[in-house]
Amino acid sequence: MITAKERAAIQQQFQANMNEDELMNCMRCGFCLPTCPTYIESGLQESHSPRGRIALMKAVVDGLIEPDEDVERSLNMCLGCRACEPVCPSGVRYGHLLEEARDIIAQNKRYPFLVRIIRKIVFNGLFPRQDRLRLLTSLIGFYQRSGLRTLVQRLGLLKLLPRHLAMMEHILPEVPTWKEMNDRPKQLTPHGIKKRRVAFFTGCLMDTMFMKTNDATMKLLQLAGCEVVIPSNQVCCGALHGHGGEKKQAKELAKRNIEAFEQLDVDYIITNAGGCGAFLVEYDHLLKDDDWAERAKAFARKIKDISEVLVELNFHQTKLKVKPQVVTYQDSCHLRNVMKVANAPRLLLQAIEGAEFREMKDADRCCGSAGIYNIVEPEMSMQILDYKMTQAKQTKATTIVTANPGCLLQMKLGIEREGLAGQVRAVHIVEFLLEAAVESGLLEEREKPMNESVRKTS
Amino acid sequence: MEKKGWGKLITETVKQQLIQIVGCENYDDSKAGRLVYSYDATPQFQSLPDAVIAPRNTKEVADIVKICNEHRIPIVPRGSGTNLCAGTCPVEGGVVLIFKHMNKILEIDEENLTVTVQPGVITLDLIKAVEEKGLFYPPDPSSMKISTIGGNINENSGGLRGLKYGVTRDYVMALEVVLANGEVIRTGGKLAKDVAGYDFTRLFVGSEGTLGIITEATLKLIPLPETKQTMLALYQDLEAAARSVSKIIANKIIPTTLEFLDQPTLEVVEDYARIGLPTDVKAVLLIEQDGPHEVVERDMKRIAEICQEEEATVQIARSEAEADALRTARRSALSALARLKPTTILEDATVPRSEIAKMVKAINEIAAKYHVKICTFGHAGDGNLHPTCPTDVRDRDEMERVEKAFEEIFAKAIELGGTITGEHGVGAMKAPYLEWKLGKAGIEAMKAVKQALDPNGIMNPGKIFAKSERKRVVVTR
Ligand SMILES: Cc1cc2nc3c(=O)[nH]c(=O)nc-3n(C[C@H](O)[C@H](O)[C@H](O)COP(=O)(O)OP(=O)(O)OC[C@H]3O[C@@H](n4cnc5c(N)ncnc54)[C@H](O)[C@@H]3O)c2cc1C
Ligand code: SF4
Ligand code: SF4
Repeated sequence: MITAKERAAIQQQFQANMNEDELMNCMRCGFCLPTCPTYIESGLQESHSPRGRIALMKAVVDGLIEPDEDVERSLNMCLGCRACEPVCPSGVRYGHLLEEARDIIAQNKRYPFLVRIIRKIVFNGLFPRQDRLRLLTSLIGFYQRSGLRTLVQRLGLLKLLPRHLAMMEHILPEVPTWKEMNDRPKQLTPHGIKKRRVAFFTGCLMDTMFMKTNDATMKLLQLAGCEVVIPSNQVCCGALHGHGGEKKQAKELAKRNIEAFEQLDVDYIITNAGGCGAFLVEYDHLLKDDDWAERAKAFARKIKDISEVLVELNFHQTKLKVKPQVVTYQDSCHLRNVMKVANAPRLLLQAIEGAEFREMKDADRCCGSAGIYNIVEPEMSMQILDYKMTQAKQTKATTIVTANPGCLLQMKLGIEREGLAGQVRAVHIVEFLLEAAVESGLLEEREKPMNESVRKTS
Repeated sequence: MEKKGWGKLITETVKQQLIQIVGCENYDDSKAGRLVYSYDATPQFQSLPDAVIAPRNTKEVADIVKICNEHRIPIVPRGSGTNLCAGTCPVEGGVVLIFKHMNKILEIDEENLTVTVQPGVITLDLIKAVEEKGLFYPPDPSSMKISTIGGNINENSGGLRGLKYGVTRDYVMALEVVLANGEVIRTGGKLAKDVAGYDFTRLFVGSEGTLGIITEATLKLIPLPETKQTMLALYQDLEAAARSVSKIIANKIIPTTLEFLDQPTLEVVEDYARIGLPTDVKAVLLIEQDGPHEVVERDMKRIAEICQEEEATVQIARSEAEADALRTARRSALSALARLKPTTILEDATVPRSEIAKMVKAINEIAAKYHVKICTFGHAGDGNLHPTCPTDVRDRDEMERVEKAFEEIFAKAIELGGTITGEHGVGAMKAPYLEWKLGKAGIEAMKAVKQALDPNGIMNPGKIFAKSERKRVVVTR
């Protein structure tokens, strides 16, 4: 429910803060409609299309309608996948409009008590604090390793959860231990000649729950000839806050990250999660009206996805090999639509001997994960996922590669739902590349340069 | 901006009757639900309907129409709302009918070379489906990836292939139509020849939803041409480009496509598409020819010579992917121009092909005279240009000048033997000055047809026929 008073406040702030030029920039040609997953899956409802959402936002600004539940519903239903942006010839920056609108609604709406508490814990208590995330991850680790998980499963307690949540428990990666999480490298030297000096943005979840992916990333960077620095004062990128209507928090986090990286004198700041990378690359937009604008710009310019830097350093021309298998790639929406990286991951995958790459239909369409969308909008999310899995199955791939942790979990969920566990796996591209490097002997060779040369001379 | 439609046209009883027909999930009268059907791609027009209804079949359409006719409730049939003449803006409120359920391809008849579809089928989906069978449906409006066949038929849309293959009209063979009294009629058939009675099929084509609702259409197909070649001719002189157009046709060559883009248009299109379009030339022609290999080779060679005589440099697309990128870029021209300024005013003036150079020249002179920026692109081979003005409705002074400039462009088009709209239709936008083109007697004859088929005026009211002649051309106040 939105009360009349909240509605008035929201409307007034829409009028004060929404970018009217950007809203007017939409000429309502409808070219974005066929790419919008929620438009398609809602059975072609204009209110769940980008053109419709922009019209609603503009109508609130124009005072034509009030920001009622239906308007909120339409905005909530949006995945924020931003597939509507690259196809928009007018160049409407829909993502920015959405973010602003959500922020205004969230800041003016009094959520039910429980939701308020949860939002506070998540946005203020957990994500800005790496130590607490580590603690939480260790608790999950304890749950997984202590036998508690087996007990829960045996008692059938998971059945008490909605089906997709119960499955989520299943697909969480085996998390690292407390000790592992606290013992992170600060600097790494390149294998062979140094070609670049880069900083690594570890991300909050990536450096706890998905630590293995981070380790693989750093290893690949070393293999490709990068000196890697990992500043320990970096924090969560703030994407979750930005997309969740907590822009102020997001800005604070952005500033802390800019401080952590700007003095490092590196060629690039490397990311391995499309969701984080896309948010970092738009820090300049986030802080555009701030004293920090210039520093934010300099920071954003340096952001580069791992796949891109690997291709730049010709990693795809080194010998890479895996056991024979069919591979397909699911784009990370934000990597593709915001960071504009679509080719590099494919180039890398196609370069691996033994991996037969098959493009799936609509690989660029969102998988329905979309941050916490699959938890807050399960019905639509699962509908979108089912479509995705149908396409994935068509390719007969046994390995589905993605480039973002959210997508990875969603693909795993999809595999579970289809009953394909054991036959099909989902992996992050860096883990797959590392696997190929190991398989082709690249890693051992390089890791033991001393032994090698000793062996050769003797 | 026109804002209307808040009135209560639909009583609770009528609402219940309508819900009885389509089910409550297909009847929406929420504010947000109505707002998103209050506009189309035409700038400066917005007006709320009273309800949005999604019928599932012809019977439901007929039942809805009967109720609306009885209660004098306006009906606005709507495809994807991409028209550029305020054709689906519910200026008098009422019901917006959408065809999201009626979007099936019913039959591809490979023996008679026809395809039968429901009105909600997306143009591009249809084109792809028939091409899989080696068949060809030529009308390809730039909006084809989202426009519907129902919309195409009712606007008689043209496209990039219009020069050689004609427009939508040339492919409509038979229609199923729900009339304003709820009767269902069928016109035409899968027949190559048919003179039994008036040609109703043609009457409904281009009728903009003002005579009836199309619920099914049978369209003509032709064999898919064997090969195709694509070429770009680059000019440092606008009028030389326009002259080439007339010359190519005077040389008895009819290319499939002959599209014109001027420099400002090229710049924005390249900004969006990033395919390496030249932006340092004054104009380009996008030229395509299809057909048997030898013919295509011969024609393209001759066309290249003609262009070179006009000092053009020519580039041939090296692959189908490259050719497709060029076509897609051209199709994005209008929306891409919209990125320049908040408001984009687009026109649709059409002149005989032989007059195209004069028209281009006049547009530029008029733009200079009124100090407004006008970018021009369009189906040059059809004599159909889209002079487009990026502006801002909030700038009153500039809007006045834009208004004057377009008035002069229209006058010029008519003077050259042209028309006020080549393909975008009349709708609510051009209704006030249809008389310029038709004359009083012409309008009266059309009104008589309308009166006969829709005596209560419920079918898309406020379109084509103006309540009074309005003086303004592009700017509504
Ligand atoms: C970027 C852009 C490019 C364009 N390029 C071209 C082009 O190259 N050539 C061209 O000709 N046009 C072009 N157009 C205009 C427009 O796309 C066409 O007129 C198209 O045919 C409209 O299709 P639609 O499905 O959007 O119909 P709508 O806009 O929804 O409706 C168009 C008209 O048809 C009526 N209608 C729709 N369905 C039915 C039905 N079932 N029964 C009765 N009446 C119905 C409506 O009432 C309305 O009057 C372009 C538009 C845009 C925005
Ligand atoms: S493609 Fe762009 S301009 Fe066209 S309707 Fe979508 S957002 Fe608006
Ligand atoms: S962000 Fe994605 S879901 Fe939202 S409107 Fe754009 S395409 Fe649709």
